[in-house]
Amino acid sequence: MDTVSLIIDNKPVVVKKGTTILEAASGIGVHVPTLCHMKLDDLNIENKPGGCRICVVEVEGRRNLAPACCTDVNEGMEVSTHSLRAINARRTVLELILSDHPADCLICAKSGNCDLQDMAHQLGTREIHYKGEQSHYRKDTSPAIIREIDKCIMCRRCEMMCNEVQTVGVLSAINRGFDSVVSPAFEMNLDHSECTYCGQCVAVCPTGALTEVDHTGKVIHALSDKTKTVIVQTAPAVRAALGEEFGMEAGTLVTGKLVAALRRLGFDHIFDTDFAADLTIMEEGTELLNRLGKHLAGDKDVKLPILTSCCPAWVKFFEHQFPEMKDIPSTARSPQQMFGSIAKTYFAEKLKIKREDLVVVSIMPCVAKKYECGRDEFKVNGNPDVDLVITTRELAALIKLSNIDFKSLPNEEFDNPLGESSGAGVIFGTTGGVIEAAVRTAYEIHTKKELPRLDFDELRGMEGIREATIDFDGLPIKIGIAHGLGNARKLLEDIQAGKSEFHAIEIMSCPGGCIGGGGQPYHHGNADILKKRQMAIYQEDSNKSIRKSHENPYIIKLYEEFLGEPMSEKAHHLLHTKYFDRTE
Amino acid sequence: MRIALRNCGLIDPEKIEEYIAEDGYFALGKCLTEFTREETIKEIKDSGLRGRGGGGFPTGLKWEITKNVEAGQKYVVCNADEGDPGAFMDRSILEGDPHSVIEAMAICGYCIGADTGLVYIRAEYPLAIERLKIAIKQAREFGLLGEGILGTNFNFDIELRYGAGAFVCGEETALIHSMEGLRGEPTVKPPFPSVSGYMGKPTNVNNVETFASVPVIINKGANWFNKIGTEKSKGTKVFALAGKINKVGLVEVPMGTTLREVIYDIGGGIVNGKEFKSVQTGGPSGGCLTKDFLDTPIDYDNLIAAGSMMGSGGMIVLDEDDCMVSIAKFYLEFTLEESCGKCTPCRIGNKRLFEILTKITEGNGVLEDIERLRVLSNVIKDTSLCGLGQSSPNPVLSTINNFEEEYRAHVVDGKCPAGQCKSLLRYDIVEDLCTGCTLCFRNCPVGAITGERREPHLIDQSLCIKCGVCFEKCKFNAITLI
Repeated sequence: MDTVSLIIDNKPVVVKKGTTILEAASGIGVHVPTLCHMKLDDLNIENKPGGCRICVVEVEGRRNLAPACCTDVNEGMEVSTHSLRAINARRTVLELILSDHPADCLICAKSGNCDLQDMAHQLGTREIHYKGEQSHYRKDTSPAIIREIDKCIMCRRCEMMCNEVQTVGVLSAINRGFDSVVSPAFEMNLDHSECTYCGQCVAVCPTGALTEVDHTGKVIHALSDKTKTVIVQTAPAVRAALGEEFGMEAGTLVTGKLVAALRRLGFDHIFDTDFAADLTIMEEGTELLNRLGKHLAGDKDVKLPILTSCCPAWVKFFEHQFPEMKDIPSTARSPQQMFGSIAKTYFAEKLKIKREDLVVVSIMPCVAKKYECGRDEFKVNGNPDVDLVITTRELAALIKLSNIDFKSLPNEEFDNPLGESSGAGVIFGTTGGVIEAAVRTAYEIHTKKELPRLDFDELRGMEGIREATIDFDGLPIKIGIAHGLGNARKLLEDIQAGKSEFHAIEIMSCPGGCIGGGGQPYHHGNADILKKRQMAIYQEDSNKSIRKSHENPYIIKLYEEFLGEPMSEKAHHLLHTKYFDRTE
Repeated sequence: MRIALRNCGLIDPEKIEEYIAEDGYFALGKCLTEFTREETIKEIKDSGLRGRGGGGFPTGLKWEITKNVEAGQKYVVCNADEGDPGAFMDRSILEGDPHSVIEAMAICGYCIGADTGLVYIRAEYPLAIERLKIAIKQAREFGLLGEGILGTNFNFDIELRYGAGAFVCGEETALIHSMEGLRGEPTVKPPFPSVSGYMGKPTNVNNVETFASVPVIINKGANWFNKIGTEKSKGTKVFALAGKINKVGLVEVPMGTTLREVIYDIGGGIVNGKEFKSVQTGGPSGGCLTKDFLDTPIDYDNLIAAGSMMGSGGMIVLDEDDCMVSIAKFYLEFTLEESCGKCTPCRIGNKRLFEILTKITEGNGVLEDIERLRVLSNVIKDTSLCGLGQSSPNPVLSTINNFEEEYRAHVVDGKCPAGQCKSLLRYDIVEDLCTGCTLCFRNCPVGAITGERREPHLIDQSLCIKCGVCFEKCKFNAITLI
């Protein structure tokens, strides 16, 4: 291995050839500030356009300053990260950025979570010496994401996410010079674009230029309306991340406190989307076995692989990008929408109230869920199955607003009948989880034997595309997993080309799955946070006494009392959906 | 002395026979049949030819680096994205002698091991495009492009790529991105295009004028070429002379010619016998030099030492009526428009520089603004991503360094010595000279002048827009301009 010796801030350091000054410095405890640069280790995601110029350092003998994030080290290099020249330049560059940035930190959605604010603090900026015209653009709102691009600092992280990671291609730099900004083409509105609302742009935006549409106010209004029964469902990935908003270590499971907080907020019934995840497995697993059975019987019309359909951004992605394949994904609705549908029928009947008097609120790690609940096919006479969706971040804000000391809350239990779930429902929150949950159930239904093991390590991990073959008692089932829409695209293109050999594929839009969703506490480029959340999800699964969806007693009861059997007429009506060609 | 422009205006650019009659494609033949790739590169290296696009990087070295990178596919790119305001050296070559560029690109392709050449040319050059197309077609017909050129096993062909007129696309990485269909933005170097360029393949990018010099060097030899010019800058350079000079247009002179020779001997001196004030070289990111530099021999290094640069060869002469603050503002306005917006200092820094300059020319400047300009300019130079931003403050810095008293006159005395900054002008009526003829009163477009017939008139300074109509109309010299 080739190494390079250099000096950084008077300290000698030896690093691998090809290391950047930023990485080399970090290795000896010198943290050069960065703004546009972002790297998610192990996920193969890196943004380093070298555009913000905050990380400039002085290199002996070099004419100008070097951007530490994208300058490789050289033998004998002498670097000073805090020389007068470097500090002066860095502060001036920051002042320039601030001179074109609205100073409304006090009321900005990102206040306290803003990388630019942190930078101003870190560099000790007390005065902005440069004043002048500021950029003004139209505020763009959509069902899920707000673009307030006066606050855009051209770090291009969102653009990298949208184009390179997700291959959606909606956001890119437009205009020139001072007028340049990241936007959909022709400055069109997001809701006129092919945006999937995956929210990964929001997840990485260093400022308040991209945020979720805030529905906390609507939730407060619903909770204070005495004529309404307000119930809440909470997605699996929320419990693995919410604690971070209250200063708890990443990966801390806060399921019990989460339930307690929701109860104190005043929800009438606290339910779990994991219950609906179990329901999804019953439907999707049955659909898989049906298709597989027909395929094995030689039916040429049956489409395989079956693709999961839990993720609304993924659904919108293929509706725009691969509409000719819209009959391949499972017709099963997402857990959120299954929950809403059951809540407004089965549960409303139990309560003996009209669906209009029942408000269903979802707590989701996702911003696309805000869009999903508004889709016309998920409404009955204009009344949506799910009324309001708030993200993990919004829930944290609501808890703080309601004067609840989250950390000191006791652990409480979900309500029944829609609050009981299996471990299989929990792992929906991470990449690989849905398909693992499906395997646990499909195996036992198909083979009529008990699974010898429940943990399928071959399906777990953080690699963008994974594959495994699971032995269904002599029948090899080939499974593919993709997270990140760019990875999904690769698998879809294989299917298109007739090269895919998978029987089933799980697709999640966000890197890491829902734990890395666009509505989760900001990870600020730290991939360890995602990994810890993933571990928490698997821990929650192991803690459960029931770990297979078809063994959830309330699921069994739901079929007995209401639905009949999976894929029944009623189930089809309430729990399945259809997809649309959005290229027209 | 004409090297790059040797055939321009002398041959019919649409007839390959005329180019061949002037020893055209002789150099290509010589390289393919007599020289190895290494020998050809050595000849270019020995000639001392440096990039004529402005950077001045040794051409032979660039070829050698690209040659030494192992790759199945390589590209030769001709940068014909001439974007400096007022410059038309490359256009003239492409319009007047397109085969010289084609021949040189083929020679370069032979040296570096590329079979494809791309000319990145601005779509605003329709005639140059037309003539290039004709020339490429003819070269193919004559077996000088295509497969098995001149009976050898060397294959080379050329395609055109059109630019949409973005100045920054003259920067080689931005140019390559534009050719790839991406936004025309520069990226951090390294990797240099010679290692990873068009489509990630090794790419040798040279400017039109650089290529045009190559066949002559091969024909006449490196030793002939390197006797022309100065120690570190060999050969000739084409300049686009413009501004307050009697003879404007293109001029090709040996390196080492002084600015005085170019401006007075060739350019015929200053228009209307006015006094020379400054010469701006290097295009929008060059600098303004005073008369103290008139005897400086022109070459890459001397111009940089003087605080300007060679650039692609713009040369604009300014006289006593030009305001240096306004000149700096003029150039900055250009780079402001042409910045790609990728890096902070160029995107926002240049805007702030421009705003401070505007403030000064509008009479609202303060003394600290001069220092602020200097500090910010230096940070922009020090931190910008590409050559555009790294040189964009040059007009500001060079005018401050060379004409600081003029800046001070604006901010301290509230005056524009050249009389160009309207906000700093003041028209007054001299009571004793005014006859009250009402001519000024009747012509003032904003009604700023009042007064009774046969009584002295008065200008209301708060309404005056400084258009100067009263000054021109007055028959009694009763209106003064301060």
